[in-house]
Amino acid sequence: MPKEKASSYSVPKLGTFTGPTLDKAVAKLLAAVDAESKHLSQEREWKDFRDRWLSRNNGLLAQVNELWLKAAPKESKREVGQRVNELKKKVDYQIEDIRSRLVSRPSTGEEAGKSESDREMSKPAPDSRALDITLPGIERPLGAEHPVIKTMNEIVSVFRGLGYSVEEGPEIETDYYNFEALNFPPNHPARDTQDTLFIADQDHKPPRERLLLRTHTSPVQIRAMGKTKPPLRIVCPGKVHRNDAPDATHSPIFHQVEGLAVDTNITFSDLKGTLDYAMKTLFGSSVKTRFYPSFFPFTEPSADVQISCIFCNGAGRRDGAACRNCKASGWIELLGCGMVDPNVYSFVDYDATKVSGFAFGMGVERIAILKYGVGDIQMFFQGDVRFLQQFA
Amino acid sequence: MKISPQWLHDFVALEVDYPQLADDLTLTGLAVESIVGEGDSTVFEMEITTNRPDAMNHFGVARECSAIYRLPLRSHEPDLPPASNKANFSIDVEDPAGCARYTARVVHGTTVGVSSQLIATRLTTLGHRLINSAADASNYVLWEMGHPTHVFDLDLLEGSKIIVRRARVGETLKTLDGVDRKLSPHDLVIADAAKPVALAGVMGGFDTMITAKTKNILIEAASFDPVAVRNSSKRHGLHTDASHRFERGADFESTVLACNRVAELLLKSGGGELLGHPLDVISRRLDQAPVALRVSEVRRILGVPLESGEITDILQRLGFELMPEPGEEPEFTVHIPSWRLDVEREIDLVEELARLHGYDKFPKTIPAYSGAVIEQPGAEKDRKLRTCLLSLGYNEAISSTFVSHQDAADFSESSSLIELANPLTENASVMRPSLIPGMLGMLAHNLNRGNENVRLFEAGNVFEDSESPEQKKRICLGATGSAVSSSVNQPARPISFFDIKGDIETLLDYFKYDKLHYDQDASGYYAYGRAAKVVMDGVPVAQFGQIDSAVASRSKIRRDIFVGEIYLDRLYEHSVREIRYRPLPRFPSVERDFSFIFDDSVTFETISESISNLQLSELQSLVPVEIFRGGSVATGKYSILLRARFQSVARTLREEEVARWSAEIIDALQALGGKQRA
Ligand SMILES: [Zn+2]
Repeated sequence: MPKEKASSYSVPKLGTFTGPTLDKAVAKLLAAVDAESKHLSQEREWKDFRDRWLSRNNGLLAQVNELWLKAAPKESKREVGQRVNELKKKVDYQIEDIRSRLVSRPSTGEEAGKSESDREMSKPAPDSRALDITLPGIERPLGAEHPVIKTMNEIVSVFRGLGYSVEEGPEIETDYYNFEALNFPPNHPARDTQDTLFIADQDHKPPRERLLLRTHTSPVQIRAMGKTKPPLRIVCPGKVHRNDAPDATHSPIFHQVEGLAVDTNITFSDLKGTLDYAMKTLFGSSVKTRFYPSFFPFTEPSADVQISCIFCNGAGRRDGAACRNCKASGWIELLGCGMVDPNVYSFVDYDATKVSGFAFGMGVERIAILKYGVGDIQMFFQGDVRFLQQFA
Repeated sequence: MKISPQWLHDFVALEVDYPQLADDLTLTGLAVESIVGEGDSTVFEMEITTNRPDAMNHFGVARECSAIYRLPLRSHEPDLPPASNKANFSIDVEDPAGCARYTARVVHGTTVGVSSQLIATRLTTLGHRLINSAADASNYVLWEMGHPTHVFDLDLLEGSKIIVRRARVGETLKTLDGVDRKLSPHDLVIADAAKPVALAGVMGGFDTMITAKTKNILIEAASFDPVAVRNSSKRHGLHTDASHRFERGADFESTVLACNRVAELLLKSGGGELLGHPLDVISRRLDQAPVALRVSEVRRILGVPLESGEITDILQRLGFELMPEPGEEPEFTVHIPSWRLDVEREIDLVEELARLHGYDKFPKTIPAYSGAVIEQPGAEKDRKLRTCLLSLGYNEAISSTFVSHQDAADFSESSSLIELANPLTENASVMRPSLIPGMLGMLAHNLNRGNENVRLFEAGNVFEDSESPEQKKRICLGATGSAVSSSVNQPARPISFFDIKGDIETLLDYFKYDKLHYDQDASGYYAYGRAAKVVMDGVPVAQFGQIDSAVASRSKIRRDIFVGEIYLDRLYEHSVREIRYRPLPRFPSVERDFSFIFDDSVTFETISESISNLQLSELQSLVPVEIFRGGSVATGKYSILLRARFQSVARTLREEEVARWSAEIIDALQALGGKQRA
């Protein structure tokens, strides 16, 4: 039986104590440890095996001490001693290694029925050679953050640093919160710009209670002001939906981060300073901002904000050609903002004569596309691991 | 909207080049998106916001230029011959709510032909189709001064009469585009004595339009109610240049000028005579109330003190009239020009001041804040779970919020789904009641592209119940392929049920609970016996397992796939497990193995519960080390090797107490029908 054969090793007496003789004896011993370990399948067997080699009283390594080290002549003692020490370390290590392999082997019923050679396969042969350290390491794959959520978190953290609390709200909203309280009167053309997706079967309800998918995260601002008295600083990240057929630049699903600051002393200059700081934090301190008039029903004065093109540093030209990212203008439009329209305060019982504030909003996908140079917005919503892993 | 900068020269003597002009307009609020073409055929592609209908024409943009550059504005005074006779025609505004003012002029004996070179060139430069000299004249005036007009063939109007009224039940109108339209009693129409001849402010009628045979023309310029026009436009799916302007508001005061301007162009191109004076019916006046403007308010909102002098200067350049009010604080009464329908309040004037002062001239400041940052209740839990999933190798993904009816029915326990009224496609017409359809879609997307090893998670909301819709947050995991990929170091190992279970356990381990139970009873889309419902302190908080192969193949997936869904609304009822320090053990532990044969019906959970009922306080763990089936073990039974670890914080354990506990364990296992192996 192989088992007996494997256990048949005994520590030989050495005739000479030269280097080559010692090396040969060490190799033989290690080979024997190796051979015996292959027949272990259960931990109980391993314990016997360990005792046979390591027992202090009469283990094989104890015999090595007696037969090799003690028997060696004085002049060889140092050399023999070194080898015996190394040998002990190796055997110790190897026996622990064998144990951990036995314990970690999957012990399902199926596995137990497998043949011995199957198990051999999954067990790397102990190898005392130097390793080919140029072989690839064993990687433990890490998941990647979604670029949109990563970007959204980055934006939020800039504003958290300025004292803004995160607020969230429902994706299905009422007409009141999505439009009316934001100063989009019923039947106003400004509603057309929002391409709204409506929930079915709402006709029996009063118009302001009819449900729709929020087209922006601004309703969260109304909800927050409705429950909190000023001063208030909030940032509202979230998913929004519009009736936009998907293509390379449009998606019915996208994300926004909006912010709101209301206090007794907030001015248009504060709006400019805050957003200029935020853009520099997000895109680098050399980025410049440019504000120009725009229109949103819920802010007045309103502004669109451009940043100097991060690809051509605002020059409009790159590598001797017109910069495509900013259409040679040197500017990239990034967000909308403005001073909160006093009409909005009337919906939330704030005193427009005492408080003032600003609001701003930006599309997260747009910023992620800029930051990472993604060519097609649809990539964000396909879950393709080849795409996602690029952001790990 | 297209604007020809060359045309602006009719009204203002611009000195800047076109790129500079575009920039200056943009920075004061009329955004030029791009410049197309060269020389006289240069066109500005402009984005005029909905609040500025006054600037949706060349005169309006020129008026803005005159304010920006302090240049005189040349307004157009039509050069008309003296009117002969009186027009034998009457106008009756029956619906003052829908029509505040209706102005008409009659041109007799004119010839309709092709437009002059100038009109033709200008309209085609802007991309408009030429029709005939009369229709083109009306169109030209719209683009010149912004007021929509309409021209009727006077001889085709019955009863020498125009009535502005709502449509009657059953009335129809064939519009200029040749479409027969059933009118709603809400539609505001222009009618003659017998029938509707135009959808007010939207489009004229086909049967009364100008043709080459037309000799006598009625010109209409009116002030219609924006909501009435918008509703008709939406109801009939007709968005026209006219409706675009009326919806946003047209200048009440410019109807006569618009009529006269069209008349001037008609007479110039086709001759004829002007019959009578303008017929001008004002059913109600649209006067804008003056607005009080406080210098202190300008400063409060803008943060910068604008001098009274600059305030006066800016507003006067824009056509406002200011009357200083006596008092301690500087204050003005401001009269609003009729074309600025967007200015009604003090804040509207503040905006005018800000944009003409120049947004770029305001300093940048950051306001101080004394309030506190408040954390969302679930924020820490969200962060923990997300970080954990990323480190377990799951890639963060986002799938569609919308699913098909089929998927909604297949993956929801509830019958109350939320449907969209205007979905993009039939396949995206229901709000997702589960994250699993989206996950299956993403797994299929990967497998179809040869990505064999996939781990994804999505955190998102699911929706149910359309009466008071509930939004619930969930996390979905999906995995297929290898748990360990093959390499020189190790063979590949496919993902199994226990990989997903381990991941779910790791996630749930962040939370504090008394009892976790894995129930066989998972939803039908999971494979039988390969899935579990996770019950935490009596409440299901997750389901996971292998997807049923028939369900997977509906998504064109022919591989083993594993998914899990965690119900965060329920899980977050539990607080996060507190992290507390316990001293490390100072005394050695003792292990004892127990080898037993059990019936297949005895689960590990049963075994582990019966042992924990023994309440052995020194028993630190009981883990299954090996399980065998087959061989010497009878069918329907399995052999299990259990390892118990004992340890005391107070002392080294004595052999006899370990033996006593071991005996108790053996008794308990035997009580479950277990047979100890030799
Ligand atoms: Zn650029």
